[in-house]
Amino acid sequence: MNQQATAGNPLLQGTEPVKLRSRPWAATLILVGGLIALALGIAVSVSFGAAEIKLSVVWTAVFHFNPDITDHQIIRELRMPRVLGAALVGASFAVAGAIMQGMTRNPLADSGLMGINAGAGFALALCFAFFPNLPFMYLILYSFLGAGAGAGIVYGVGSIAKGGLTPARLVLSGAALSALLSALSEGVALYFQIGQDLAFWYAGGVAGTKWFQLKLMAPWVGAAILGAVVLSRSITMLSLGDDIAKGLGQRTNLVKLAGTLIVLVLAGSSVAVVGAVGFIGLIIPHLTRYLVGVDYRWIIPCSAVLGSLLAILADLTSRMINPPQEVPLGAIIALIGVPFFLYLARKERREL
Amino acid sequence: MQRQAVLSYESSRQKRGITVMVILGVMIVIAFIISVNTGYIRLTPLELLNTMFGRGTDKQELILFDFRLPRIVISVLIGAGLAVSGAVMQGVFRNDLADPGILGINAGAGLMVMLVVSFYEATSAAPVFLLPLAAFAGAGLTAALIYVLAYKRYQGISPVRLLLTGVAVAAGISAAMIVLTLRLDPDKYQFVATWLAGSIWGTSWKFVLSLLPWIVVLLPYVIYKARVMNVLNLGQQTATGLGADVGREQFKLLAAAVGLAAASVAVSGGIGFVGLVGPHLARRLVGPKHQLMLPVSALLGSLLVIVADTIGRWILQPSEIPTGIVVAVIGAPYFLYLLARTKS
Repeated sequence: MNQQATAGNPLLQGTEPVKLRSRPWAATLILVGGLIALALGIAVSVSFGAAEIKLSVVWTAVFHFNPDITDHQIIRELRMPRVLGAALVGASFAVAGAIMQGMTRNPLADSGLMGINAGAGFALALCFAFFPNLPFMYLILYSFLGAGAGAGIVYGVGSIAKGGLTPARLVLSGAALSALLSALSEGVALYFQIGQDLAFWYAGGVAGTKWFQLKLMAPWVGAAILGAVVLSRSITMLSLGDDIAKGLGQRTNLVKLAGTLIVLVLAGSSVAVVGAVGFIGLIIPHLTRYLVGVDYRWIIPCSAVLGSLLAILADLTSRMINPPQEVPLGAIIALIGVPFFLYLARKERREL
Repeated sequence: MQRQAVLSYESSRQKRGITVMVILGVMIVIAFIISVNTGYIRLTPLELLNTMFGRGTDKQELILFDFRLPRIVISVLIGAGLAVSGAVMQGVFRNDLADPGILGINAGAGLMVMLVVSFYEATSAAPVFLLPLAAFAGAGLTAALIYVLAYKRYQGISPVRLLLTGVAVAAGISAAMIVLTLRLDPDKYQFVATWLAGSIWGTSWKFVLSLLPWIVVLLPYVIYKARVMNVLNLGQQTATGLGADVGREQFKLLAAAVGLAAASVAVSGGIGFVGLVGPHLARRLVGPKHQLMLPVSALLGSLLVIVADTIGRWILQPSEIPTGIVVAVIGAPYFLYLLARTKS
């Protein structure tokens, strides 16, 4: 067991030699166990908050809703959308990260690091400034366009450079673009005096999630995750390298285009609901690969489940740290994500 | 013959350097005059002169001496400090993209400043001189942390790993700051929020005094070390061969760079990209020799911050845009452009 075994897969290069294989049993276990844990997590998260509500009350609020009971109202109107929002967003950021890491073979790919989130955020800042009463449907659309523009610039800068798009270059151009766009957004916010509306966006908050946002976002995210699962076999091939994928008869450009579109839909619609939350898309795919192996048919659904779990746990933590004030979700996840990123950057043995 | 050619080349470089410095000096003076005139109350150049020599009205004196002048002086000082700090980091790490903002040094200084501020009133006299010290401690600790995290046995520090580590540490510190700010009371929170955006908030002579010793001591020290930096630029082996104690010199220079960045950050908040843009433009104007490059960087940095600060005050009168935002709008595209040009 040495370099030979890991040479084929760049994602495993520089890590301990691992047998290249998938672990379907482990994956099935994660999917089943993860979904159970998710249901529990959602229940606990809904019952926990400024007003303690028993789990039994949560049960009746969901299945036998009675509008006259205050607790039922709290659960229905405030906590349910918030928790479900966290779950959806976690799943979509994680899947977006998994697709990007698979397609670009870049272990540091993540929508937050790559300027996609910042692009979406800036588009939203412009929307708030110029069309204050835009329907949410359009917000998602513009956010999606902004995500595309952000990704385009970061990719462009990285690709023009001699030596091509290295992981480090992607991170650095993403960091610079994020700095630029958040500065511009802040300028727009100051000028139009919409800082209040934008503040929770930038820190990434699920607190303001509303039912209608979820209703609009869920079909997009659902369709995109399904698309990702359909595409997963091709992504596995791409993760072995373009040449191998082409040799196996794949139309790589088509797969890349489809994958990129899915990423933009996932990141764009998530940012439109909770703002710029980074690092979920970085951590979860790595963890999932470690658990279930290298087959993206398993990685993508498992990433979705684990991403949801992480977001719900982080949301719960953000409410427990300093009640009644809330810590922005983005900050909590960054505190977990940064050490992980550092560990990856150290592991990386290739020319970055 | 050859020696002649080298000498004449050197002296033309020298001449060019002096020309560039004079032009920059003139530009800074022009920016200064415009900057003094920018704001809610206009002062004509004549009124300005009169006021300078003590023949203005009380109101004019108040505006000039208590508000605008200290702010402009601080702009000049932090611009020079940040630019030279960036120049030193780029030289020592031999990485064109190094800058105290990107490496997270500014964020570390900021975290410490925030902790001090949350114990005191931000504007009371006691902590003003403490702030640069606190910032220095924070920046030093952060620099040490980044160094340790980016260091690998048998490989040392790779420039790329250093940058990645810096970016990550900066992100982590910002997140920690957001978590901490929530525990502050509202007016302190407002202060920290403005601070994070890179607003020159220390606009009184007290702050000028607290910043001045750092700049006055460290800036000449770094320029005095210019020859050592030229040697370090040749790479570790060559420098050692030429008799430089590389490790020690690197440490001294970095400590000075951290000090410059920390003192600047203590009064101006998180202004990034000055340390990146200044040295780069300087190199393009006068070449890589540090004897010329460092003073030119300092002047360019000062000019950039004055201009950015003036734009920030002028564009949305009467409200202000934090200077850091204006600098980022100028600096970030430049960084992207550099990134597209450098070889990996």
